[in-house]
Amino acid sequence: MTENTNRARPISGPVLNRSLRWMRDNLFSSPINTVITLLCVYIIWNVLDVIVSWAVLNASFGAAKEACEAATGACWAYVHDMWRFLLFGTFPADQHWRPLLAMVMLTSGMLLSMNRRFWSPWLAVAWIVGFIAVYFVLRGGVLGLSPVRTAQWGGLTLTLVLAVVGIAFAAPLALLLALGRRSEMPLIKVVCIVVIEVFRGVPLISVLFMASVMFPLFLPEGVSIDVLLRAQIGIIIFQAAYLAEVFRGGMQAIPKGQYEAADSLGLNYWQKTFKIILPQALRLVIPPTMSTFISLFKDTSLVVIIGLFDLLAATRAAVNDPMWRQQFIEAYVFIALIYFCFCFFMSRYSAYLDNDLKKSTSH
Amino acid sequence: MTEQSRLADRESVIQVKKMNKWYGDFHVLTDIDLDVKQGERIVICGPSGSGKSTLIRCLNRLEEHQEGDITVNGIELGDNVKNIEVIRKDVCMVFQHFNLFPHLTVLDNLTLAPMFVLKQPKREAEATAMKFLERVKIAEQANKFPGQLSGGQQQRVAIARSLCMNPKVMLFDEPTSALDPEMIKEVLDVMIELAEEGMTMLCVTHEMGFAKQVADRVIFMDAGQIVEENEPHEFFNNPQNDRTKLFLSQILGH
Repeated sequence: MTENTNRARPISGPVLNRSLRWMRDNLFSSPINTVITLLCVYIIWNVLDVIVSWAVLNASFGAAKEACEAATGACWAYVHDMWRFLLFGTFPADQHWRPLLAMVMLTSGMLLSMNRRFWSPWLAVAWIVGFIAVYFVLRGGVLGLSPVRTAQWGGLTLTLVLAVVGIAFAAPLALLLALGRRSEMPLIKVVCIVVIEVFRGVPLISVLFMASVMFPLFLPEGVSIDVLLRAQIGIIIFQAAYLAEVFRGGMQAIPKGQYEAADSLGLNYWQKTFKIILPQALRLVIPPTMSTFISLFKDTSLVVIIGLFDLLAATRAAVNDPMWRQQFIEAYVFIALIYFCFCFFMSRYSAYLDNDLKKSTSH
Repeated sequence: MTEQSRLADRESVIQVKKMNKWYGDFHVLTDIDLDVKQGERIVICGPSGSGKSTLIRCLNRLEEHQEGDITVNGIELGDNVKNIEVIRKDVCMVFQHFNLFPHLTVLDNLTLAPMFVLKQPKREAEATAMKFLERVKIAEQANKFPGQLSGGQQQRVAIARSLCMNPKVMLFDEPTSALDPEMIKEVLDVMIELAEEGMTMLCVTHEMGFAKQVADRVIFMDAGQIVEENEPHEFFNNPQNDRTKLFLSQILGH
């Protein structure tokens, strides 16, 4: 962009002229650039050719399975047949409106929370109420809803529950860990350092494995904690350990003068932290925070190793369905698109928020 | 002198006795004795690294001293957190780099501490804030963010922010050193006005014109010690110590 404006060409004339000029300036400005441009066009053309002919030109879009036999490309009938399974897993088929409602609640909650106008302590209260509602919608056993065990929750529903609950609880926990690690009280500091370093030092898979296999060994006879809850707590602590270091980095980037100004005005530790330091520190670390959230979203797929049935696990089960010849490419492309939509959206939101906050405090 | 008599029967606000401070092995302040009367205007000068900023930063505990006593308004300044909080309400600091809170508007910068520390209702805090913004001639910028103001404007906001706490003593740590030359005057004008209204001020500065005009006493520091102190006319015209003479010849010589 800056290069363009530096050349300061007047923007006028018909669109065609302008785009030709843009191409000349940016794509064909020298012999080397011309060669690179042509090479890239060639590569892109070949890749697109393969993708488009597989996904569109040679694909069969009908709902009928038989049509696929003839098609050489993708068989989208498969996704048509399987999407309920991918979204809801093994949730009882006549109750599918419940996980759908849960997903709508979670995603609309996220969308509303993105609006800065709603940022207040009430938002946290609303989320807690929302989580309780989602829990009962899925679990049932109240208001005449039939009970559904957590082991039957699955598909995208389970992925969303793990991810959204994970983000909602990992962030405040990370904040406490980060503050604790910077604390001057030795006991608190040591505890926080140990939690952060231990959970950052082991892979998420082993955290989940320990939560599922080892943790019950320490419980007294007869007491059991739901495996989904254990996995959820494992994910929360694991991601909080990473996020704590992100937050701590942000706090360290705040100039000493800000602390001194707050001190000399007589603000106490909590006022200084919540009114002066954190609002600035968290702003600085929006991009890496969102990165952590995105990896949390994708890492929920690891719960498959302890027998939970998330989106990826459902897909793996679906491609083994004997009714179909193995349409694994279609299935994986489909869920890749789902993952991508969520993650790309989070990434765009992070960029928007970053910009918006910068704009509002400077020229 | 008339200046001295003006202050003779005033009470001391700050008393420093035999204060010593080290950074590790480095002895940064040595045997500092200082007595500040109510309404007294003191300018502290000296070469860089002489400990003058460190001295005033000790007075509201932005730095810890290791030996000696500091008493503010009769309250002992030490490890006691409650005492520190009480003293900080009365002793405000204006910094070289302003240290405004960049994420808050000018108005919010001014009302934050009165609302949370002095527990003033929002409306009252805002009224006070606007009063002081008008006094530093910057009321029209109330809803802007610090990043949108010039250096001189930011420093005037910082002074107003301190005034909102209704302090008994104001510390200025090189308040004009980070400013472009054309903005120094607007900040000094505000400080002169404050001095004339009787605010107790300790000011670390190289603005000798300001010292001559408003100071009751000029303190010269070198190598962590108070080398010489006197009322401004005597200090500038008849310095006693060789180090003072050298320093004055360097900064007034050009």
